[in-house]
Amino acid sequence: MYRYDEYDQSAVDARVEEFRDQVARRLSGQLTEDQFKPLRLMNGLYLQLHAYMLRVAVPYGTVSSRQMRMLGHIARRYDRGYGHFTTRQNIQFNWIKLEDAPDILAELATVEMHAIQTSGNCIRNISADQFAGAAADEVADPRPWAELLRQWSTFHPEFSYLPRKFKIAVIAADEDRAAMRLHDIGLKLVERDGVLGAEVYAGGGMGRTPMVAPLIRDFVPADDLLSYLEAALRVYNRYGRRDNIYKARIKILIHEIGADAYRAQVEDEFAAVKALGIDPPAAELARITEMFALPPLDRQAPDAVDRSDPDFAVWLDQNVRPHKVPNHAVVTVSLKPAGGIPGDASADQIDLMADLAERYGHDELRVTHAQNIVLPHVAKRDLHAVWTALAAAGLAEANLDLISDIIACPGLDYCSLANARSIPLAQKIQARFAEPERQRDLGELKLKISGCINACGHHHAGHIGVLGVDRKGVENFQLLLGGSGAEDASLGRIAGPGFSEDGVVDAIERVTDRYLAVREDGERFLDTYRRVGFETFKEAIYG
Amino acid sequence: MKLLTGNDLASGDVVWWTGQGWSRHLGDAVDVGHDGEALARAEEGARRVNVPYVIEATATPDGPRPAHIKDRIRALGPTVRPDLSLKPADPAAGAWVI
Amino acid sequence: MADPDQADIGGEPSLRFRDDEPSDEPAVTLDSFLTDPGNATAVRIEAGDDARALLPHLARLSLVEVSFPSFRDGRGYSAARVLREAGYAGELRAAGDVLVDQLPLMRRCGFDSFAPEAEIDADALARALERHEVRYQRAADAALPAWRLRHG
Repeated sequence: MYRYDEYDQSAVDARVEEFRDQVARRLSGQLTEDQFKPLRLMNGLYLQLHAYMLRVAVPYGTVSSRQMRMLGHIARRYDRGYGHFTTRQNIQFNWIKLEDAPDILAELATVEMHAIQTSGNCIRNISADQFAGAAADEVADPRPWAELLRQWSTFHPEFSYLPRKFKIAVIAADEDRAAMRLHDIGLKLVERDGVLGAEVYAGGGMGRTPMVAPLIRDFVPADDLLSYLEAALRVYNRYGRRDNIYKARIKILIHEIGADAYRAQVEDEFAAVKALGIDPPAAELARITEMFALPPLDRQAPDAVDRSDPDFAVWLDQNVRPHKVPNHAVVTVSLKPAGGIPGDASADQIDLMADLAERYGHDELRVTHAQNIVLPHVAKRDLHAVWTALAAAGLAEANLDLISDIIACPGLDYCSLANARSIPLAQKIQARFAEPERQRDLGELKLKISGCINACGHHHAGHIGVLGVDRKGVENFQLLLGGSGAEDASLGRIAGPGFSEDGVVDAIERVTDRYLAVREDGERFLDTYRRVGFETFKEAIYG
Repeated sequence: MKLLTGNDLASGDVVWWTGQGWSRHLGDAVDVGHDGEALARAEEGARRVNVPYVIEATATPDGPRPAHIKDRIRALGPTVRPDLSLKPADPAAGAWVI
Repeated sequence: MADPDQADIGGEPSLRFRDDEPSDEPAVTLDSFLTDPGNATAVRIEAGDDARALLPHLARLSLVEVSFPSFRDGRGYSAARVLREAGYAGELRAAGDVLVDQLPLMRRCGFDSFAPEAEIDADALARALERHEVRYQRAADAALPAWRLRHG
């Protein structure tokens, strides 16, 4: 993974001192809250329902064991003993004091971590496929590109006061494991005539007006990438709406002027910008790429796995995926235990995962946009030992992509924007579908819950989605069907009138019962839904 | 009744106007009547509170009860982590919120 | 006597990073300039104006003032870079809701003078301007980005 050189370290250290200065000026009154807010947001610090919340960046979801330990330390020393992993591969601490924030950032900087631009109207954390580097189907590891973009976007002087937030995702395989089409800009690495480049999509997003990003450019070679994105951002900065925050994302601009008009503007700007020497030499991408070489895996390790322990075998089949190197595997650690809080991990669990990565995983972990953790490079011979340790720590739930592997935003329990609580609902759904065999029978079923229209739980992209609303002061839940954040991207359709918390659990069960009744061999829920159609399921829900 | 609430600037703690100052306990909150906005501006200007605002509440024998569930959660703590709430030992606290 | 098409800049900017003499010409609005430039050498761009309209006229301009109605409105940063990228070498001034913490970014975009509405604390500004030594990207200033320092 990427390792800072003196320039990277200087940049984060300077940022720490800058924020320390800004906090001091806020506390002394030289800065009003209105003036300070964008500054603290650009350092990941929100004022949430109970306290300040700090969102620490996990660039493209990659984190080392040393860095994980620091996150555990932050949780213990400055927070209340736990952290929350998010749908953008970051981590949030919910109980932060403003006066501690500069010290926290200083500690993070000692392990090459930061909270730069994890909020605010600027370019956010670049996300990527959580299996990058280990997946056999990728054209190249997308993370060096994500790192190039991370640096380009960091403290970008022209794009720090955009109309709204800007989220970029990079994938490199036909299977989209990062919901790339639902980002402001999505890049899919491809090779054309021996040249590595990217398909560029722009204008995707969720929130109030979900949209799937159209293709803007069929191919941008690596050498032109930063110039092209500079042009894309400049057009957005110039024309994005600033009169209404609900219409300020690039998806609205592209929807209003059309993809063709946007593309033409970008090409014009690109022609001018390309001549300016903004693109780094190929040597820079090569320098970064070298750091993402596969770790020294033991190619002689045995390939066979002893499946005699039935619980281990279940976990093996559900949570472990093939690695591109034989005799290795990619492990997903579930942060969705029954009755737990989706995406939360205690400091002890964080330390355990760090230990496992160090001992069995070449020091590397990933955060997925489904709020789980991945150990991407585990030798098959070590899988049982890893599982045993995970099981002892409550981290071995064998539910990857099953109905209990719920994506849920923090919701009204934590978030001042929320209309309803999402976590208790997630727990009730898990309880209703507690039986492991029942879950496996249902198969892949991506259920996503958002506590408000801002859609941080990605409910539009759920095979089954739930949106919490406020109905005359009472929590109410809308059910959506048929969304997908994969390469077959689609937006969920609202089923009908909303439900109470218990009511929506019942409704979900009616949906899954109907699926079981009409499915054909090999069909996932989403496949059946697409084959038989919305009306069949609507009828199952409402009669 | 109307309560004035906000956050402590340095710590971020949720605080309630008591009539004389700011308390972390909802039970200390007083009815600010029509004076909420003026109080808010004065206190914020003096940096004794951050982003204050007025909420609706009803007076009950157990103290003020915010009208909206969001404000009740804010007053007590996350419903899914009673151990982190202001009343970790109180089994009735969760029911009070909902 | 006052020309209603001439925007009143209200005096000298308080922060200027140029060696030449400041222009004492009042800035005219972009509309007015494009309609009839006359002898104008100073133009004021509003946040929503397209700075590219000035590209054919850069040689005759000694001052372009860019308005920041709110510090959150970042359009002026693009306007500034566009002008510098096209070779504009005159004074480029940021006016309006211009605060200390945005000044370093504005400098990187090519602004070399500032007319803030509110007073700027000199100490805070000095610290802000010298704080970041490393830049990650090329902009309108002379700073070499990190990749250039790495690879020469």
